Amino acid sequence: MLNEFGIRVICMALYIVAAPLLGGLLDGLDRKISARMQGRKGPSILQPFYDVAKLTQKQLLSVNRFQLLMVMSYLFFVIMSGVLFFGGFDMLLCFFSLSTAEMFLILASTSTHSPFSTIGTHREMAQMMAYEPMILLTAVGFYLAAGTFQVSDIIEGTTPIILYAPGFFAGFVFVLSIKLRKSPFDLSTTHHAHQEVVKGVTTEMVGVEYALTTVTEWYENIFLFGVIGLFFVTANPLSFIGAIAAVLVVFFLEILIDNTSARVKWQMMLKMAWGVTIVTGGLNLFILELIKR
Amino acid sequence: MKNIHKSPWLLHYDGSSCNGCDIEVLACTTPVYDVERFGVVNTGNPMHADIFLITGGINSQNEDVVKQIYEQMPGPKVVVAVGTCACTGGIFKECYNIKGGVDTVIPVDIYVPGCAARPESIIDGVVKAVALFQEKHDKKKRKERAAKS
Amino acid sequence: MDKLVTVLICLPFLMALLPAVIKHDRIRGYAVYLCGFVIAALAVFTAGLWYARGGEVLTFDLPFTEIFDKAILAGDVFLMFLIIYLSVKHRKTVISLLSVIQTCLVIWTELFGPEAVNAHHIRIDWLTFIMILIIGIIGVAIGIYAVGYMRGYHIHHKEFADRSNFFLSMIFVFYGAMFGLVFSMNLIWLYFFWEITSVCSFLLIGYTRTEEAVNNSFGALWMNLLGGLGIAVAITYAVYAEHTVNLYDVIDFGKEAGLLIPVGMLAFAALTKSAQFPFSGWLLGAMAAPTPSSALLHSATMVKAGVYLLIRLAIAMNGNYVGQMVYLCGGFTFLVASCLAISQSDGKKVLAYSTISNLGLIVACAGAGYQETIWAAVFLVIFHAVSKSMLFQCVGAIENTTGSRDIEDMEGLAVRYPKLAFILMVGIAGMFLAPFGMLISKWAALKAFVDAPSALMVLFIVFGSATTMFYWTKWFAKILGIHESRGKDVTQRNEYVSMYFHAIFLILLCVGFPFLSKYVIEPLMNDMYGSASPVISEGNIAIMVIMICAIFVVPSVNYLLTRNRKDKTVMVYMGGANTGDNKRFVDSQGDSKELQISNWYMTNWFGEDKLFRPAVAIGALILLIFLCVIVGGAVHA
Repeated sequence: MLNEFGIRVICMALYIVAAPLLGGLLDGLDRKISARMQGRKGPSILQPFYDVAKLTQKQLLSVNRFQLLMVMSYLFFVIMSGVLFFGGFDMLLCFFSLSTAEMFLILASTSTHSPFSTIGTHREMAQMMAYEPMILLTAVGFYLAAGTFQVSDIIEGTTPIILYAPGFFAGFVFVLSIKLRKSPFDLSTTHHAHQEVVKGVTTEMVGVEYALTTVTEWYENIFLFGVIGLFFVTANPLSFIGAIAAVLVVFFLEILIDNTSARVKWQMMLKMAWGVTIVTGGLNLFILELIKR
Repeated sequence: MKNIHKSPWLLHYDGSSCNGCDIEVLACTTPVYDVERFGVVNTGNPMHADIFLITGGINSQNEDVVKQIYEQMPGPKVVVAVGTCACTGGIFKECYNIKGGVDTVIPVDIYVPGCAARPESIIDGVVKAVALFQEKHDKKKRKERAAKS
Repeated sequence: MDKLVTVLICLPFLMALLPAVIKHDRIRGYAVYLCGFVIAALAVFTAGLWYARGGEVLTFDLPFTEIFDKAILAGDVFLMFLIIYLSVKHRKTVISLLSVIQTCLVIWTELFGPEAVNAHHIRIDWLTFIMILIIGIIGVAIGIYAVGYMRGYHIHHKEFADRSNFFLSMIFVFYGAMFGLVFSMNLIWLYFFWEITSVCSFLLIGYTRTEEAVNNSFGALWMNLLGGLGIAVAITYAVYAEHTVNLYDVIDFGKEAGLLIPVGMLAFAALTKSAQFPFSGWLLGAMAAPTPSSALLHSATMVKAGVYLLIRLAIAMNGNYVGQMVYLCGGFTFLVASCLAISQSDGKKVLAYSTISNLGLIVACAGAGYQETIWAAVFLVIFHAVSKSMLFQCVGAIENTTGSRDIEDMEGLAVRYPKLAFILMVGIAGMFLAPFGMLISKWAALKAFVDAPSALMVLFIVFGSATTMFYWTKWFAKILGIHESRGKDVTQRNEYVSMYFHAIFLILLCVGFPFLSKYVIEPLMNDMYGSASPVISEGNIAIMVIMICAIFVVPSVNYLLTRNRKDKTVMVYMGGANTGDNKRFVDSQGDSKELQISNWYMTNWFGEDKLFRPAVAIGALILLIFLCVIVGGAVHA
C-alpha cells in the first residue's frame, strides 16, 4: 500500500511528465475545434508538437542573452507551481509561485528594448493586475469552503466545492480567458496569426526560447485546468469523472468565446475583470462568511 | 528531425505591388483553401518564421527592410517570391525607383509566377518551399554530423 | 540594565552636539561614524544582554527618575516655544495653537490633576527588543550613508546653504527620541518623545528652506501635532478617569473594562504618525528633503513610531470600534496608496506611496488585533524597515550619479551601473516578489482576515496586492534592458557600505525567517496573548525557503548553462525599419529617429488628481464616524 508521501511524489512526477503532453494535445484540439468553428479543416491534433519540435531545431539568434535564461527560469517556476498544486500543497503558495514565474516572463521580454515586446509586456502587466485579485480570491474561496488551503485536504471533502463557491468558480472561469490568452483578452500576445503588436511579449523570442515559452504555457494551462477540476473533486473517486467533464466544458467554452469575440482595450479588460471579481467573488465571499458565522 | 516540414511558419511581406498577389496570399488562409491544414501559420514576426513569402518588387525604400527582415529570420529559411513583380519586377520593372525582383537583394529559392498568382499556385509554391525547408535542415544536420565524426 | 537604557536614550542627544560644533567636514564625518557605531553597538548590546537574560519582560525606573520627570516637563515647554517661534516666523501662527493647547493640557494634568499611579517608567519586552534593533542598526546605517550623501548633495545643489551639521545632529536627536519612545511605559514620557520626533521631522523636511520645503514641513507639523493632541487628550482622560499614566494600564482598561476613549485617541495619534489616509499628505511632502531624511522618516523611525504604538494597542483593539476604525483606515490606505503609486514616475514618490501602502497593511494587521495579524504586522515592520531604507538610499545614490530619480531615466540601469541596479533589484524583489518577506506577511494577513472574517478587508488585500505588483513590476522591468554605455559611478564608498549591508541583511532575513519567527516573533506573541502558534505551517515555511534559494539559484544555473551558447546577435524587430541598432528607426521623413520606450502610468485611472482628494475625504469620513461612535459609546455607557 502506498503511503501519502508516495502518492504525492507520483502525482508530482506525473505532472512533470504528462502535463506538456496533455497541454500540447489540448492546444492541438483547440486549433482543430477553432478551425471547424470557422468552417476550415484545420491542422492535425499533433500540430503543436510538430511546431515545438521544429522551433528547437532552428538557428540560435538572440537579441539579448538575458532572454533565454529568464525564459528558462519562467519554465522552472511554472513547473514549480504545478508541482506544488498536484503535490497537494498550499493553494496560495501555488499562485504566489505562479506570479513569480510571470515576473520572469516579463523580465525576459523587457530585456530587449523592443517596441513591440515592450508594449506586449505592459499589456501583460495590466493583464496580471486584472486577473490577480480573482486568482487570490479563488484560493480564499477554497479556504472558506473547505476550511484549508491544502489541496490534499480539499480533495478529501464530501461535497464538491462548487456548491459553496459558484461565484468564485464563475469569476475564475472569467479570468481564465485572460490567463489562457484567449480573445477578447489576448492583449499581450495571441495564439492567432496576427496582432497589432506583432507577437507581443514573445516577439523577440527565437527558436528554442519560443519553444520553451510554449511548453511553459502548456504546463500552466494544465495547472489552471487542475484548479477548475478541484471545484468538483471530492473524496469519492467517481467525482474525478465529473471534474474532467467540467474541465472539458470550460475548455470548450473558452474556445467558443475566443472565436466569437473581438479583442478589447486594456481599460475595458480591467473594468470587466475587476467588475466580475467584485460581483461574483465578492458576493460569494460575503455569503460564505455569513454562513460561516 | 524528420518532421520539420510539418510546421512551416510563414512571414508575408508585400513590397512594391498592386496588392493583387497580396490579396491572393490572404485568400490562401480562408476556409476555401485553408493552408493551416498543412501546419502553416501566417506569423507576422521574422523571428518565428521559416518561409519568407514576398509579393511585389523591390524599390529603394523597401530594400533595406527586406534585407533586415531576412537577417532576422533564424535558419534554416526559405524565400518564396510570389507573382511576376516579385520574380522579375514585372510591369513596374522600368520604373525609376524599382530595382527589380526580390532576388536583387536576397537569395530567392522558389519563384511562383502569375499576375496575380492564383491561390492554387501559391499553395503549390509553399508546398515546394516546405520540401526545401526540410532538405536544408537535413543538409545542415548531415554537415554537423560529418564535422563531428 | 537601567544604566544601559539611560545611556542609550541620553547619549544620542549629547552626541547630536558633536556634528553641530565640528566645522571641519572630514573630521565631522569621522565623528559621525564613530558616534553611529557606538550607538549601534550599544543598541545591539542592550538587546543582546536582554536576550541573553532569557527575554523576560522587564519594567524598571531610570536612575534619577525625578530629574527626568522635571526635564521632560521643561522639554515640553521648550518644544512649545520652539514651535510658536517658528510658526510665527513663517506666518503660520495658527499651527502653534495646536501645540499650545496640547502642551498646556499635559502640563495641567500633570501638575494639577489627580495623583496618578505609575509603577515604572521603562519597559523592555520583545517588541521593544525588535524596535531597538531596527533603530540601532537600520537607523544608524542611514546616518552613515547621510555623511557621504550630503557631501554629494551640496556639490549638486549649490543653491541651498550647506547646513549638513544641523542635518546630522537632527538625525542623532531622532535616534534618542525613538529609543525613548519605545522604552517608555509612562504616557507623559511617550508624549514628550513623540513631540520630539514631530518637531525633528519638521526641521528635517524644511532643510532646504525653499518655499515648497517650508510649506511641506508645516504640513507635516500640523498633522503630527494633531496626533500629539490625541495623545494629550488620552493622557488627560487616563489621569482623570483611570488614575493612571501608564500605557499598559490604559491598554488593560481598554481590553477588560472597555474604556475605549484613551485607546481610540492613542490609535488616532498613531494613524497620523504612520501617514494613513487622510493624513498621508505629510509623508509625501517629506520628499522635499534630502534623501537620508526620507529614508529615516520612512523606514526605521518616524512612521514606525506610529505602527509601534498600534501594535502595542492591538490587544485592546481586537473586536471593538477602535479596531474597526484602525483596520478599515489601514486597509483602505493600502489599496488607494498602491493605486496612486501606479501613476507616479518619480522614484521617490513611488517609494513614498509604497511606504504609505505598506504601512496601511501593517496598520490593518494591528487594528484587527488577532494573533496571526500581529505576527504579520511585526514581520512587515522588520522587512519594510530594511528594504525601504535600502531602496531610498539606492534611489538617492542613483540621483546623485545620474542626476535624475525619474524611473524613465533608469532604463538599462543594469548595464550602466550594475552595482546600483543589483541593490535596487534586491530591494524591489523584497517588496513584492513571491518568497520574500513582504509577501509572507501579506499571506498571513490574508489568512487572518479570511478567518476574522472580514470580507471587505480580504477585498482590500487582494486588489491592493494586484496594484502593488503592477507598480513594482514595471519599475523592475525598466532596470533590465539594453543600454549602450556604461556610466561613471560617483557613489561614495560609505554609501555602498550601507547599501550592501542592507542587501545582505535583507537576504539573510529572508532565508532565516523561520528562525526569526520561532525565536523572536513567537515569544512576542506569547508576551501579548499568552500563547503562540506558528501562523504558517512548517511545511510551507520549508517550501518558501526552498523558493527563496531557487530564485537566486535557478537564474544563476541557467546563466551558466546558456553562457557558452553560440548564438548570433540580431537587432530587435521594428518592422525592418531599424537604422543599424536597437535604438533608432527610420521615421516618416526618412530620417533616423530615436526610439523612446515609456512605462504605463494610467493617469486617467490612477492619477493623483483623480484619487487623492476623494481618498482623503473617505479616510476622514471613516475616522470621523468611528471617533463619534467611540466617544458616543463611552458617553452613553
